[in-house]
Amino acid sequence: MMYYSRLKLASVVAVCLLGVLLCLPNALRQPAPTVPWRQIHLGLDLRGGSYLLMQVDMNSVTADRLRTLADGTRQALLGAGLGYRDIATDTHAGTVTFTPRTPSETEADLKTLRAMPMAVANEFAVAQRPDGAIAITLSPEAMRLRATEAVTQSIEIVRRRIDATGAVDPEITRQGDDRIVVELPGISDPERVKHLLGTTAKMTFHMVQDSALGAIPGPGVTLLPMMNAPDQKLPIADHVDVDGSDLTNASAAIDQQTGEWAVDFTFDSVGARAFAATTRANVGRRFAIVLDNKVVQAPVIRSAITGGNGQISGGFDAQSATDLALLLRAGALPAPLSVIEQRTIGPSLGADSIRAGMISLGVGFGLVIVFMALFYGRFGWYANVALLANLVLMVAILSLFQATLTLPGMAGMLLTLGMAVDANILINERIREEIARNRTPLAAMQAGFERATSTILDSNATALLAHIMLFAFGTGPVQNFALTIMIGIVTTLFTTLLLSRMLMVRWYARTRPTVLPV
Amino acid sequence: MFSRPLLRFVPNGTRINFMRGRFIGLATSAVLSIASIILFLHPGLTLGLDFRGGIVVEVRTQGPADFGQVRAALAGQHVDAAGVQSFGAPDDVLIRLDAPPAASADHEARTQALVDSVRHAVATLPGAQVLRADAVGASVSAELFRDGMLALGISLLMILGYIWFRFEWEFAVSAVITLILDLTKAVGFLVVTHFEFDLVMVAAILTILGYSTNDKVVVYDRVRENLRKYRTMPLAELIDLSINETLSRTLGTSMTVFLAALPLALFGASLSSFAWVMLFGIVVGTSSSIFIAAPILLLLGEKRLRRDARPPR
Repeated sequence: MMYYSRLKLASVVAVCLLGVLLCLPNALRQPAPTVPWRQIHLGLDLRGGSYLLMQVDMNSVTADRLRTLADGTRQALLGAGLGYRDIATDTHAGTVTFTPRTPSETEADLKTLRAMPMAVANEFAVAQRPDGAIAITLSPEAMRLRATEAVTQSIEIVRRRIDATGAVDPEITRQGDDRIVVELPGISDPERVKHLLGTTAKMTFHMVQDSALGAIPGPGVTLLPMMNAPDQKLPIADHVDVDGSDLTNASAAIDQQTGEWAVDFTFDSVGARAFAATTRANVGRRFAIVLDNKVVQAPVIRSAITGGNGQISGGFDAQSATDLALLLRAGALPAPLSVIEQRTIGPSLGADSIRAGMISLGVGFGLVIVFMALFYGRFGWYANVALLANLVLMVAILSLFQATLTLPGMAGMLLTLGMAVDANILINERIREEIARNRTPLAAMQAGFERATSTILDSNATALLAHIMLFAFGTGPVQNFALTIMIGIVTTLFTTLLLSRMLMVRWYARTRPTVLPV
Repeated sequence: MFSRPLLRFVPNGTRINFMRGRFIGLATSAVLSIASIILFLHPGLTLGLDFRGGIVVEVRTQGPADFGQVRAALAGQHVDAAGVQSFGAPDDVLIRLDAPPAASADHEARTQALVDSVRHAVATLPGAQVLRADAVGASVSAELFRDGMLALGISLLMILGYIWFRFEWEFAVSAVITLILDLTKAVGFLVVTHFEFDLVMVAAILTILGYSTNDKVVVYDRVRENLRKYRTMPLAELIDLSINETLSRTLGTSMTVFLAALPLALFGASLSSFAWVMLFGIVVGTSSSIFIAAPILLLLGEKRLRRDARPPR
């Protein structure tokens, strides 16, 4: 208790020096790219920027899957020469149902459906209902897998779209099962980003069922509104002839003939082949370019288009054409995203907050130091040395993990410094009491260290518990506050139980005083 | 200053008879807590954006704000101008609007779109600048509220569990009763000051609960030590002795935490209300260790903890 080996001394000093070293990258410029350079990131509240919390529409993932399944069912049954009636999808239950043409075909229907590639992978189960209808139900595991995939894919697409806007250091992370957090430092007006992320940009090419014009659309046909005239609706076949995801490039351009803004695109080989086949087989008919369930354009096919190039025009201006080209290049989102929380801090407020945080930290640190010096003398100064080391180590650990520092994080540091001296105060007061009981300086210090240790551990444990909860249930800035306090508890234990105690012991060993400065 | 301390809080051998005033302490605490609960029921807490949902936009105008102009600009974007208020400096304007009713299908989208409308309105004001623009949808605010309450509740339970594990049950129960009394007073303080209750405030309350627990643990530790040391001393006297022995430390630590939080309250910008709650909590937490937790421990433990002090049969 009253002896510290040279090795122990050296390691404590080494940890403190390492702390100083780890703090340096925050104050200096990186000398060379090869030097490891880890520093604290400023949070959006200090740096200025936007935070967007986006929700992935899982219902639409299910609905999409069911539409594909219904389409596949139709193709499979028709291919096997079987008939069906009343084909319908139920998103809530995750089923596609239909009634066989005649009950005698039921067995053949079931056999055909169970042989579909998707069924082999156990993605759905086929069963006959008591009323004779056949129900195809997506398995929950497959749906969960699809949902996870949808979020992962959405994150990728979001990243591509944001990268295309030229944002610096964007951070895109998953939150929970169906949410995405987008953090954009330096972007103080996220309106364009919100617009870009709020567009699914699913482009598909379908045939227009002109025969159904004006009539109630039959199965496999849906009335979709025109993009520029939402009141006007066209009957569009559900079957996707060409998928817009088969694009290799898209760019905004001015149409040579009309002088209007348009988007030029190029298919990859799969898309080009499908596009050529479709146009060749349907010369004279209308096909529709559908973007997010709205018809952008529905031109008549004059001749087969084999070059793999196309153009969309539909009343764009420069911005909307550029944005659509960007969206098509980045790819479609597997499901619509909607913003459910946004927070934006302007750059001037961020600068104000840094200043406020720094002033508070400086003044608070100064007040505690003066207090400790006035009330605890020499041992108070040892506590102050430990306090400085504490601050350095907190910054060092935050830098090492390249953690984010927010204004609440700075408050956490400040409170850690305020509470850190508690350990020193406990030890000092205990020594005073022991001296008052006529103990020798050595015995008093020993008793002070011994008795205070369990109290120090107790009080830090309770603080740690409260902040673990805060970290577990909090979000953003509050988590940051809890994190800095948790780091602070660790550094406090190190600096008070080892560093300041060692300073006291070494002073005692050096001078062998008859009276302690308490 | 560099060797012997210049100042001291309490001289050695201080013996203040705290337990004599225990009923006054408990009564004062009860009155304050009951008043806080009444305030909590009416008018109630001012919920912050995190828990209430809706939008908050802070705008800095060029020169002192012309509220008429701001309202007119908002009306131009079909935004309800009722939520315009001043805050802080004369050139700062706060626009606060509630979320559209959750019953409508697209209320989330409308909440988010409201921010853009406000931005467009601000853009028409010459030289005006958006400092901060937040929009929280109804589903998120409900979740944040639930999580905040869970964090508070579970923390209280864990503190109870920890003290139960480390001390006898009388200590744990009196600590948690005291913490709940502390908590009600903090809530009353929030109501009186109109500080917004949000996640950051939950953090402040949890921090002061943690701090208050520390303080009680230190006093209890001493009570337990003295219970072993003075096996025949009456409990009231023993608790008084323990409080007096730890008084210097109690005041010293409260002082350093208070000094650390003070600049944050004075210059802490958006965290200043957080820091004021901290300061309030430090004062309440420190005094409750002496005036509330100790008397409750005395009431609960008079028979059980002091078996040796009973007169021999």
